[in-house]
Amino acid sequence: MYELRKVDKKFPGVHALKAIDFKIGRGEIVGLVGENGAGKSTLMKVIYGAYQPDGGDITIDGTKVRFQNPRQAMDHGIGMVFQEQSLITNLTVMENIFLGFEQQFVSFGVINWKAMSAAAKAQLAKVKLDIDPATITSSLSFAQRQLVELAKVLTLEERVDGDLVILLDEPTSVLAREEVELLFSLVRDLTSRASFIFVSHRMDEVLELSDRIYVMKDGEVVDVVGHDEADVDSIQHKMVGRDVDKEYYREQKQKPYQADAPPLVSFENVSAGTRYQNISFDLHPGEVLCLVGTEGSGREAILRTIFGLEAPSEGKVSLKGRVMSRFTAQNAVSLGVGYTPRERKVEGIVGGMNVYENMTLSQMRNYANRGGVLRISAEKDLAREWIDRLAIKTPDVYKDCGGLSGGNQQKVVLAKWRSGGSDIILLDHPTRGLDIGAKEDVYDMVREMSDDGVGIVLVADTLEEAIGLSHTIIVLKDGIAQKQFACEPGNKPSLFDLVHHMI
Amino acid sequence: MGTVLTRELLVKWAPLIVLIVLILFFAAMEPRFFSMRNFARIGISSAPALMVAIGVTFIIIMGSIDLSMEGTVSVCAVIFAFAFIAWGGTLASVAWLALPLALVVGGIVGLINGLVHVKLKIPSFMASLAMGFVGTGFALLLTGGDRIRVEDELFRGLLTTRWFGFPIMCYVAVAFLLIAWFIQTRTTLGRNFYAVGGGEDLAHASGLNVNRVRVMGFALAGVFYAVGALLAVGRIGIAETATGSNFMFVSITSVVVGGTALWGGIGGVWNTLIGVLIVNVINNGMVVIGLPGYVQDGVLGALVIAAVVLSTDRKSVTFVK
Repeated sequence: MYELRKVDKKFPGVHALKAIDFKIGRGEIVGLVGENGAGKSTLMKVIYGAYQPDGGDITIDGTKVRFQNPRQAMDHGIGMVFQEQSLITNLTVMENIFLGFEQQFVSFGVINWKAMSAAAKAQLAKVKLDIDPATITSSLSFAQRQLVELAKVLTLEERVDGDLVILLDEPTSVLAREEVELLFSLVRDLTSRASFIFVSHRMDEVLELSDRIYVMKDGEVVDVVGHDEADVDSIQHKMVGRDVDKEYYREQKQKPYQADAPPLVSFENVSAGTRYQNISFDLHPGEVLCLVGTEGSGREAILRTIFGLEAPSEGKVSLKGRVMSRFTAQNAVSLGVGYTPRERKVEGIVGGMNVYENMTLSQMRNYANRGGVLRISAEKDLAREWIDRLAIKTPDVYKDCGGLSGGNQQKVVLAKWRSGGSDIILLDHPTRGLDIGAKEDVYDMVREMSDDGVGIVLVADTLEEAIGLSHTIIVLKDGIAQKQFACEPGNKPSLFDLVHHMI
Repeated sequence: MGTVLTRELLVKWAPLIVLIVLILFFAAMEPRFFSMRNFARIGISSAPALMVAIGVTFIIIMGSIDLSMEGTVSVCAVIFAFAFIAWGGTLASVAWLALPLALVVGGIVGLINGLVHVKLKIPSFMASLAMGFVGTGFALLLTGGDRIRVEDELFRGLLTTRWFGFPIMCYVAVAFLLIAWFIQTRTTLGRNFYAVGGGEDLAHASGLNVNRVRVMGFALAGVFYAVGALLAVGRIGIAETATGSNFMFVSITSVVVGGTALWGGIGGVWNTLIGVLIVNVINNGMVVIGLPGYVQDGVLGALVIAAVVLSTDRKSVTFVK
């Protein structure tokens, strides 16, 4: 029915989808699995019309189609239930269901609320949700909202001739176990009305629900397994099966960390609400500690706690032996914590400010006299020194950092923290969006920092990177530490070991 | 890349080009425009506005907005006049202390403004607008609606004493412009304004106390409003509730026309100088060539829109509220 043939999508520097073949039949439930960055979300976006493929064909019942935007895809019966809930919470349920399609209830410019309410009621009945359509959406539970989203997508049934394809992106991530069961039985019932594409991190759920499973890796479909022959282990192997190049991650430069030295960061049974529970670890000088887990497993929240952006609800956090009571970023910075965030543009560098201004942003106190007058020549000297040291490619220190390449921006951020004497460095996806050369530069920097006795907490972009770079790996799932691995060179855990505990 | 560069260059130099074009235009229309006397006139009308506009420049660089200038200027002007007269009425006596007093008052009003904005978490435009009304009301309470004459010859020397054709107040304004430039480029506070405006999350993640920067910014702006108030009193010799009126439109127009971006992080005090001059050249030039006042207002309004259109990269802005 719906089919992709040799669909290709390229972004600058990334070949996101490589000749994807994908097919879904009437009433079928198709699972889609893969690591972060395997191309799942790009594929979804192509399917529901948010991206246009660079090559290949999309056909519906054998006819070629091309969607300029999601609205056109919807007109062909393809709907998306979003992972980030896409309902507008201050509107009523019925307004949300018919958002953008109110015209059918309008006569002489006035909305007939009664008709809309009745129509909404009919949609809600499809998903077996018995609520007043005039309820304000914010008063619903997450599970109910999920169903409303599904009901919203199911309005396509009336609007479109032909078959429906509905994408479910991580629909279970905010649901409790019973609610998941309910959703699944509902989806199975609805296969009489539509086909579903189901994307989830939770392998067991995908296995349970799907008739067929597409396994993606590095922008390719590496396998398609039927419901009956699917088994978790073999799928996980296919998701990650890749040769790891030891050179690439500078494994030969990995030295033992200073296990006897007092820890730089120490967590004792720390919990933060539902984001993570009962986390304990010590970070030693020279150690690279990697937090591994899926999105939302609590790894970012732990980084945010160390940096003082999020106060824990229980447990004891110590930085360099000092038990933390006030959690503010200023506190953390003054104790020597540096944070290189995932979104370099948002939290990493200030676009519009030049290289030296960015480098001294966290340590202006060191470059100013008591009255707050800056010693700009000293700042420039510092910037020049670090431009040499990290081989930052910039014409001069006056260059606007917003105009540097991603790798060089990352170096400026690292220089900012290192030059300020930070010795606890938090790296959140430090190589995301960088090309290979720039990645290798980052790996070199990680090793150099370790040699200098800096403790690093890393959330890596890929599992290989996590394994290659770290001394210690903590695997998290749903906010709980599953297992801790020691990773001496030559004796590192395999990808499979990690994935096994992640999902 | 080429188009980006030309756009950036255009945005950077457009205000100055507009200013030069305006001057040439008016000079062509009416030769008397291009005279020392007229330039001095433009300087006199620009000086107080420049001080107020510089104050609000810092706020806009932070990505906030301050609408309290009219009230703040009135309060500073009135308190200055009362103190000046009460302490002797001439700069040759201790009454000169009324000058720093006015600056302190301006700083305090700004400080309160900033604290209301930050501590009560009220959007800056609302907090400052409200503080502005409070200021205007307070000034009226103090004066009871009267005008206070400040007739000390030394103080009026701001206007009457001229060096090279320009009155002293123009040089005072230039001196404070240089001070503002120093603050902007050479101090941590100035750098912090840009950091907060360019990326508040990032500034926070770099360990900056963003709230403190904001409060300091409003206090600094208040001091510059006070300088503007003193020059305004010096210009007409009268302090009253109405001393502050019209500064809001003129100063914000000037900042925007000068090329400082309304969402923060871009621009500076030199942009504001150009902006103030553009606004005052238009006002003056229109009078000189004999156009009525409503045309001036219309032209200024159109100019504001043109300036914002030019300085906004609309591709990167998806929603405007």
